[in-house]
Amino acid sequence: MRTTVLIAIAAVFAVAVPVTCAASSINAAGATFPGPIYQKWFEEYHSAHPDVQVNYQAIGSGGGIAQLTAGTVDFGASDMPMKDEQIAKITKFHVLHFPTVLGGVVPTYNIEGVKGELKFTPETLAGIYLGKITKWSDAALKKDNPGVKFPDADITVVHRSDGSGTTFVWSDYLSKVSPEWKGKVGSGTSINWPVGLGAKNNEGVAGQVKQTPNSIGYVELIYAVKNNMAYGSVKNHAGAFVKASLDTVTAAAAGAAKEMPADFRVSITDAPGKNAYPISTFTWMLIPDKIPDATKRTEIVDFLKWMLTTGQKDAAGLDYAPLPAPVVAKEQKQLALIK
Amino acid sequence: MATMAPSVPVRARTSFRNVRGGDQIAYLITFLFAASILLVTVLLIFELWVKSKLAIHQFGFSFLWTSTWDPVEGQFGALPFIYGTIVTSILGLLISVPLGVGAAIYLSELAPPRVSNALTFLVELLAAVPSVVFGLLAIFALVPAMRLYVQPALIRAFGWSPFFKGPAYGVGVLTASMVLAIMMFPYIISISREALMQVPREQREAALALGATRWEATWDAVVPFARLGIVGSVFLSLARALGETMAVTMVIGNDPRIASSILAPGYTIAAVIANEFSEATSDIHQSALVALGLVLFMITIILNGLGQLLLVLTAKPGTAK
Repeated sequence: MRTTVLIAIAAVFAVAVPVTCAASSINAAGATFPGPIYQKWFEEYHSAHPDVQVNYQAIGSGGGIAQLTAGTVDFGASDMPMKDEQIAKITKFHVLHFPTVLGGVVPTYNIEGVKGELKFTPETLAGIYLGKITKWSDAALKKDNPGVKFPDADITVVHRSDGSGTTFVWSDYLSKVSPEWKGKVGSGTSINWPVGLGAKNNEGVAGQVKQTPNSIGYVELIYAVKNNMAYGSVKNHAGAFVKASLDTVTAAAAGAAKEMPADFRVSITDAPGKNAYPISTFTWMLIPDKIPDATKRTEIVDFLKWMLTTGQKDAAGLDYAPLPAPVVAKEQKQLALIK
Repeated sequence: MATMAPSVPVRARTSFRNVRGGDQIAYLITFLFAASILLVTVLLIFELWVKSKLAIHQFGFSFLWTSTWDPVEGQFGALPFIYGTIVTSILGLLISVPLGVGAAIYLSELAPPRVSNALTFLVELLAAVPSVVFGLLAIFALVPAMRLYVQPALIRAFGWSPFFKGPAYGVGVLTASMVLAIMMFPYIISISREALMQVPREQREAALALGATRWEATWDAVVPFARLGIVGSVFLSLARALGETMAVTMVIGNDPRIASSILAPGYTIAAVIANEFSEATSDIHQSALVALGLVLFMITIILNGLGQLLLVLTAKPGTAK
């Protein structure tokens, strides 16, 4: 008995000690949306630089910000920029925002007798989600979609029930295009929905829409692409109906890049540009500007340099839209602020 | 014991005689284990209280009876969640108690042993299924059935009353209650059956000897004797229903509004905590969610207290208290 215990203890040490010595591991936590590409980046970077290991926990943007604030991770990640008061709460360092990739959110629907791709305007989307447009046979929907035979049926609105960056982007977009939405509802990861059913995750929303006739919901572009779901195009700021794709999402970032604030905390919904998809967003890594541990600092800075160049080439393969070149150039300058 | 030396005080004598060998150590260790229950409960309440202080301070008791839940504006009221939690649990009980107790009576009193053993095995299997599996089954089987058949039929038959107003979404309070009922069912059967099996043989024989039929003996002599265990099974499953999260959030529609219709979507306390906690970015939002946890804790205590009271009030002379 005693010998087994000793052997067990010895085994634990034998395994644990080399791991802690060989690679200094960097801990990070945050958004779930970019989770797959971050995972891939960290693995790829680890195989090229075996002494750098990043543990990323996709626990949600809110959790990432909380852990960064509490100082339990080396850096965070979020689908929305931190608010001023959240940044002010961290006294030890200032948080730098580094956009990593882009994503889009698309309207998906299931209408009896309607097969084709629908066109939505900001007004119809806001109207439906405010509960003002209640029937598919509404005149506004008919006007935008000539030739589509809409049933005279009630619209079942589906939204996310869990707090999520997807909801943030969706509500941020509606706030920008509809003053009424902005006044009544506003934007956030969880909001007070005027109408509709809540479903958990992209899967939940997609499943609910698929099951319920005459319903509409919203999901991440990646999710829609991977599952071959039909989704509608949305009228952008320039007045063109644009379907979400990697190109049109990157175009939205390029359109917004000209007015990019120095700290990268920017919403690119309803972005200018003829080809820009209006419900797009950056996702950010949240990096402290002071990293006392010199090795960690160089490792993180080197990784960010790699992510902004080589790493960007991985994005499209996983259906994430890569950053436009002007944004990359600007971010490379921000690297100098990490001390 | 009385023949021991008179100089030793009686109390010390008895305890020392009883603790020879490892008895005292065993007593101490098990006492510590039992005390840890108290410790965990106290810590839980303390943590819930501390973390929810911000929300309690800001909203006070109005938290309990306001119904706006607006994370953007920082306005939080718990009423729709309290309502949803209680209504789904009670509806679930209304469905599962008659079924569960009936099945337990059959299994322990009336069924041939072979059938009873086989079914009991299945019941125990059912009790071990994780709730997320019930949730998935509900999404793929129960929700479409509710939307296509059950809800339209209810609307046609009872649509004139406020409790069964459409539309038929498939998801909703009734669907969640049915999932809860399915989950409570094996618990009620399993514990009630145990309680019924504990009833002494003489109880049955005496009733039969007085000329009772088999059913009369079961219903009038055996079931009242096992009352405590049966009620216990109901409260254990109620506690499970109140705190059930995954299976409920998957089928309830997650809409924090109080509707009179049980076909409408609703929301429960456990579901909203699970849904919003990880992405709650503002302090007041997090605090309000912890405060909801505290409310759920109180609801459980109050309902259990009511149950105990019910037991005492309905106790007839001669039955177990």
